[in-house]
Amino acid sequence: MPLPPIDPKQPMDGLTRRSLLRASGVAGVAALLAGAAGVTLREVMERGRMTPLASNSPILVLLSMYGGNDGLSTVVPYADPAYHDARPELAYDPADVLHLDDQLGLNPGMTGLAKLWSDGKLAIVRGVGYPQPDRSHFRSMDIWQTGSPETPVPTGWLGRWLDTAGDDPLLALNIGEVLPPLAVGAKATAAALAVGGNANKTTLADAALTAFAVPDAADGPAARMVVASYAAHQRCEQTFGSLTSSDGANAPGDSGGNGNRASLAAQLGLVARCITANVPTRVYTVSASGFDLHAAEKDAQTGQLTQIDQAITGFRSALAGSAREKDVVLMAYSEFGRRVRANASEGTDHGTAGPVLLIGDSVKAGFHGDEPSLTDLDHGDLKTTTDFRAVYGEVLDRLLGADPTRVLDKVPPPVGLFA
Amino acid sequence: MTSTSWAQNAHLVRSAGFGGAGVLVDAVDRQGAAAWVEQSLHADLSHDPGATATPAPAFEVLAPLGKGASRDDRLKRRQAQRQQVNELLTWWIRRMATATNPMVEKLTFGWHNHFATSASKVWSASMLLGQNETLRSLGRGSFLDLAEAMVTDPAMLVWLDGQLNTAKAPNENLAREFMELFALGHGGGYTETDVKEGARALTGWTVSRVDGAASFVARRHDSKLKTLLGTTADLDAAGFVRVVLGHDASAPFVVGRWWRLLAGPGGPPPEALARMVAAYGPGRDLRAMFGALFTDPAFGTAAGSVVLSPVEWVVGSMRALSVTTDDATVRKATAMMRSLGQVPLDPPNVSGWPSGQAWLSTASATTRVRAATTLVKAADLHAVEDQPASARVEAVAHLLGIPRLSGRTAAELKKHVGLPPRLVATALVCPENLVI
Repeated sequence: MPLPPIDPKQPMDGLTRRSLLRASGVAGVAALLAGAAGVTLREVMERGRMTPLASNSPILVLLSMYGGNDGLSTVVPYADPAYHDARPELAYDPADVLHLDDQLGLNPGMTGLAKLWSDGKLAIVRGVGYPQPDRSHFRSMDIWQTGSPETPVPTGWLGRWLDTAGDDPLLALNIGEVLPPLAVGAKATAAALAVGGNANKTTLADAALTAFAVPDAADGPAARMVVASYAAHQRCEQTFGSLTSSDGANAPGDSGGNGNRASLAAQLGLVARCITANVPTRVYTVSASGFDLHAAEKDAQTGQLTQIDQAITGFRSALAGSAREKDVVLMAYSEFGRRVRANASEGTDHGTAGPVLLIGDSVKAGFHGDEPSLTDLDHGDLKTTTDFRAVYGEVLDRLLGADPTRVLDKVPPPVGLFA
Repeated sequence: MTSTSWAQNAHLVRSAGFGGAGVLVDAVDRQGAAAWVEQSLHADLSHDPGATATPAPAFEVLAPLGKGASRDDRLKRRQAQRQQVNELLTWWIRRMATATNPMVEKLTFGWHNHFATSASKVWSASMLLGQNETLRSLGRGSFLDLAEAMVTDPAMLVWLDGQLNTAKAPNENLAREFMELFALGHGGGYTETDVKEGARALTGWTVSRVDGAASFVARRHDSKLKTLLGTTADLDAAGFVRVVLGHDASAPFVVGRWWRLLAGPGGPPPEALARMVAAYGPGRDLRAMFGALFTDPAFGTAAGSVVLSPVEWVVGSMRALSVTTDDATVRKATAMMRSLGQVPLDPPNVSGWPSGQAWLSTASATTRVRAATTLVKAADLHAVEDQPASARVEAVAHLLGIPRLSGRTAAELKKHVGLPPRLVATALVCPENLVI
């Protein structure tokens, strides 16, 4: 059953979509539009039973890493003397790095991904970025999420795909109550699933919120927004009405936790449960934060990447043996990499291009795109070798069966990411 | 039906304070808006009965861990730090809820949003309290003084790695966020070179692990010439602030950021912006800027444009309903703020909290109703209960400082006049009470 779309003609009362997107930030906290559906795990599972996803449908799991993940500490150019010169304290010892070839290796914390590499299930796209890089976390994440480096636009790239892809509100599912801008289209948005389940209902809620969901001519701009949010709440109740008559039924073990603060392992655990329950969702969005390491980076970076690695490894084992395992591709990106040269605090400042990782049975394993030079730099930063829209375009085409030109302003030639 | 001036003053009180409160609106209405604004902007907290009844706690600076500290020592220290931060948070929320004149605390909270610093990295309650007191004491003075205090503030230096920023190799974090978020805005006429030069100007500040104080260490400072936004000089922190705040983009940015918080998300109309920038002036006079903002004709026109944030809504409910402020109740209030997505000392990132639509997720609707039901249990409802049923809808609107109820809301509230706690809880979540 479709959720009513956000009415694009209804003005957002001075609060433009743009400023809303601008409100997004390092911690992954962005604005949840009033039209977005908050759903419970029970409702989602029920859809898996009633209208299961067609067999062999590709599934994308998109991981946003907030804070600017240091690409050079993720895929380490351990054999390049320029790397050790630029980061005397920060560089990893070539003996500790998990060698992928005779030039590059994974961060010592990423043992699970190293195994996936040798199993032929990891693709690494090198030097991914966009023209005229912006070193603001907020602006650069907006650019990655909207997919529009040249002009600010009010919609996310997956949101625009949703606009073209039909009206099932579960086509895309964000883990966490707060939607990232990338999942917001002009008409459609992803649904939002809280890790701890949604709030229980109260009796007062039903009566008052129903009454207050009705607009009144006397409402000012902000009151209209409140009324719209109550109306959206009502629509969620109606859409999933038959399923919410009991207690909201959160599965045991899911208690506590606020969506966007939940660990990546918990988020991916939920995604694995949905996938194996045949939920009709093609795109899941998850997030991690804590990458903005201006100081004492080395151990913290290894710790961050170890957590990411363990969460992904756990996710892969949860899918192992299921019929969906072969259909799932996880893609990880961050808003920028870090400056090549370390700062004096044994950290790194904001930089430019970084690697994008894709993991799954259907990816063409190995390196894609050229490794950016550590000596031919742009003001101390890496030069982009792969436009991120090439990656998005291929994902749209090959995984989601969509025409990338309907979603992206520019579609560079494909990189060859899929076998 | 309330008078036009009462409605205007209800809007002023909602913006300059936390949510509405009929008693305060009555007082402003008697005194006159301009006089009340002027008096509040000059208010001395030592004469505010609510503020003097809630003195700030003093925190012992926790001794740094020695070299041989065990895992157990570390855990204990972390626990002690957490306890202190919780104590600070409880105090601040209690202070917001009890200060007799809410304006100083509202502006302090607004500055916390502007210079958003999180306990999640700073950890030290004494540093966070120090920053909080600076925001309170300088928040109505010159922005030059406040901004300089912030770039050398211990909590800020830890938060944005300023104490690691040295001549040898600068750390850009503080300089960049200062220009982007505190003073000029993204695209506000500065370049990557300005960020690098600015970082050099801010070198040399350290924070003591023993007493948590900031000090300037000359040998860590880059004393060579820097060129920042076209000015070439041996700039230090004060010089950096002077140059950045002197840039053409700064005054409209600072004024506009406050307008979005207090008046309307679309920013001020050009004439109002010009009037506020003129009042702010070359001295960057914040008192004059706030005075101009709260009394601008466009401020009145913007009534009803801002969605109350969770902290404003919870604190405002506590104030309007004289909710008790014992530790247990304040902890409950803190839990409400957390489930609605906004807790003081825990902003999501250095750009502060999102606004507007961000507070209106479908999940927040039921959370807010639950919170309202809890709040009325610790509230003084006499103002409603003592009225005959036929006068209770009007009484609750007055209690919450709601200027005008729509037909929709009045009709719903009428259904609950027989049950005052339910009536008040319902009024707390009505659209008219969730806006400035």
